[in-house]
Amino acid sequence: MGKLLAVVLVLIAIASAVPILMHTWWMPEDISTHGHMIDHQMSETMAESGIAFVAAQLVLATLVGMFGDKKDGRKAKHLPGGARLVVIAAVVLVGTEVLALGVFGKDAWAEVYFKKPPADALPIQVQAEQFGFYFRYAGPDGKLGPMHPDKIDEGNQNFFGLDPANDVDSRDDIVSASLVIPVNKPILLMMHAKDVGHSFYVRELRIQQDFVPGLDIPMHFTATKVGRYEIVCTQLCGLGHFNMRAFLEVKSQDDFEQWLKQQSQ
Amino acid sequence: MSDASAPVVHQHAAPSKFIWKYVFSTDHKVIGKQYYGLALVSVFIGMMLSWLMRFHLVWTNAAIPGLQLLSKNGAPGGVMTPEYYLSLLTMHGTLMVFFVLTNAPFAGFGNYFLPIQIGAEDMAFPRFNMMSFWVTLVGFLVLIAAFFIPDGPPISGWTAYAPLSAVGKDAGPGLAWGQNLWAISIGLFCVGQLLGSLNFIATTLDLRTKGMTLSRLPISTWAWFITSCIGLLAFAVLLPACVLLILDRVAGTSFFIPAGLVISDHLQPHSGGSPLLWQHLFWFFGHPEVYIAIVPAIGIVSHILMASMRKPLLSVKVVYGSMITIGFLSYMVWGHHMFLSGMNPFSALVFSFPTLIITIPATIITMIWIGSIYGANLRFHTPSLFSLGFISVFVAGGVSGFFLAQPSLDIYLHGTYFVVGHFHFVMGVAAIFGILAGSYFWFPKMTGRMMNDTWGKVHFWFTFIGVYCIFMPFHYLGFAGNVRRYSSFVDDYLQPLLPVHKFITIAALITGAAQFIFLFNLIYSRFKGAPASDNPWDATSLEWSTTSPPPFDNFGGRHMVVRHGPNEYGVNGAHGDFIMQDSPEPEPAGD
Repeated sequence: MGKLLAVVLVLIAIASAVPILMHTWWMPEDISTHGHMIDHQMSETMAESGIAFVAAQLVLATLVGMFGDKKDGRKAKHLPGGARLVVIAAVVLVGTEVLALGVFGKDAWAEVYFKKPPADALPIQVQAEQFGFYFRYAGPDGKLGPMHPDKIDEGNQNFFGLDPANDVDSRDDIVSASLVIPVNKPILLMMHAKDVGHSFYVRELRIQQDFVPGLDIPMHFTATKVGRYEIVCTQLCGLGHFNMRAFLEVKSQDDFEQWLKQQSQ
Repeated sequence: MSDASAPVVHQHAAPSKFIWKYVFSTDHKVIGKQYYGLALVSVFIGMMLSWLMRFHLVWTNAAIPGLQLLSKNGAPGGVMTPEYYLSLLTMHGTLMVFFVLTNAPFAGFGNYFLPIQIGAEDMAFPRFNMMSFWVTLVGFLVLIAAFFIPDGPPISGWTAYAPLSAVGKDAGPGLAWGQNLWAISIGLFCVGQLLGSLNFIATTLDLRTKGMTLSRLPISTWAWFITSCIGLLAFAVLLPACVLLILDRVAGTSFFIPAGLVISDHLQPHSGGSPLLWQHLFWFFGHPEVYIAIVPAIGIVSHILMASMRKPLLSVKVVYGSMITIGFLSYMVWGHHMFLSGMNPFSALVFSFPTLIITIPATIITMIWIGSIYGANLRFHTPSLFSLGFISVFVAGGVSGFFLAQPSLDIYLHGTYFVVGHFHFVMGVAAIFGILAGSYFWFPKMTGRMMNDTWGKVHFWFTFIGVYCIFMPFHYLGFAGNVRRYSSFVDDYLQPLLPVHKFITIAALITGAAQFIFLFNLIYSRFKGAPASDNPWDATSLEWSTTSPPPFDNFGGRHMVVRHGPNEYGVNGAHGDFIMQDSPEPEPAGD
């Protein structure tokens, strides 16, 4: 039975590792300026954790295979070095790993959250609601008009509760169901929740951030590749959660300006 | 640390009427069995809910025969609606985390064996003990009632994030009375756990028999004691959180609801609350809850491993210290569930560090187990196999924690199936393996009969290979960016991942079916199993010094005197390679 368990443990270790090594299911291509740091950290962590997992399973398999009860009255032995060796090994191995991951991992986090957005970042407001996203751009005046929750009217497509009759700044605001941005241009997203908690997740951008009702949360990034990518909600928000999505359209600067012009007409 | 004085005399005589003997019993053994039975019912309900969910995920439009009988609105014609999927998801998580992973390894086995292992005749507060079970049972019934009300069960998940859970029916189905029942149920559960934790602590400290010093406590009792301390603090926070949630829902308060929310075209009449307050309170409980589930399993598995290896662990004191460290650190890491919640991003680094650090005591325990196998004489009976399997799955779940402990990787992995794979391995599967190991190990003591070992091994192989087939691919899906809590995968990006989901579903159906082998073995052996001796595993702790099953007062009027530590294996004892804790023989030379 011990030999069988040992074989199964080895097979489990191999079968678990192969899809990881082959990248059979892995992250899609990164299209952000900061994503390579996250990807690098992911690979580092994968290597360290993967080795730890496989090594633990193989050692367990070896010992289980070796030390089955042969009912020969053999006296139990202790591991040379005993608990002291084990504790030192655990503290050194995991401590080093923890320090390495903790110290180097903070850079990627800092890039996303501590670094201020550049002054020329394009501000776009995104509002999440059951079950969609809406995006608002300042018009030629460069200002977003104030929101009035009591004036939100989905039927009349007033998703942000704007009051252009009284608020001058709202009159030229552009509202879109897609997030259209220029490539290689820093974007400052201002995240607002209309109803319950949601989240903003674009796999290729390596960006995920919750919308929290009552908080307006800034988030900045720069996309580096033209294309169309999915934006999905990752925070359970109600019955239509599975279908809550929009698209990120990364365009060339010219195409973006043309799109903006069309929207403001 | 001093010996307790003479053990207390059993305060209540053995009842003779059925209702006092088996229903409203104050006997810790009956209460332990009641908790175990409740966990058993809950785990099979929870598992069948997961079957329904897995089936729906891959055959979304297929009818499930009979499902419409459970909910006409949730499954018209047997086809599950997206909202009913979320209802089942909420109930699955709630049943499993609270009524299985907390009830069985802690309240179930703990109630039955903690007093016996310390040589006591009962718990310190038998009536509190009975009350804790009955409050928990009412909590269970209140939760299950949500299936049978028109509103249906809540759809906000077991984490019940506000304001989705706080604003009422405007936010969706199940969020009117279904959510009320959830909050009441969990509040009651907290009361039961608080009573139980107090009882465990008082019993361990006050009722130890003569010679049972703290250092002679079996490792399983240490684990239950540490878990009681964790639970006392954790449930004391979740209870008021549930009360505040109920007040927001029914009394017009705004603890968790800010101003200006427009839900279903209604401007909500609330202002001043914070959804993050709920998250902080919930996860201040929620992360220690992981250890409330896993620490008893660590204790149970360590206890069984020593009897299986026929030698002590390399150092039990290091394991005690590691468990205490884990319990202590568990209160400093709750924010890692909230890296992306909008709280101050500097705090993410503060929460990340202890989260990474907590892997050190966990690794020490694991390496102690593995290192202890060196030079052992391992007996491969079913409890031993589940204990060894526990080590394997605990490692699998532990290493994925390295990813989620880092805020920078959480940016990509948070909200994906990677998280589902991680917590199912480290909390769900590992604790279940601890429960199963404990079940096969202590069944003879609890019933006086052995479980069938051959069928136990068949059960082990299906379960061990099955859980890897189910939960390892979850990690791959997470790397691919597969979002969790979706009732179906409608978009183009997720469609290519459907074959992986089909594999998982088939594995879940087979592995789940294998659990009926265990259930059948449990029920059959209860009545027809081979008679068990008092000490079928050649083990040392006090439960093996009494009859199987133990008499009402545990030791048949004997006042136990403990003369040995609980881990004296691999020695030249009078009855073999072990010395029982109450044995009058002298300490072995060199011990």
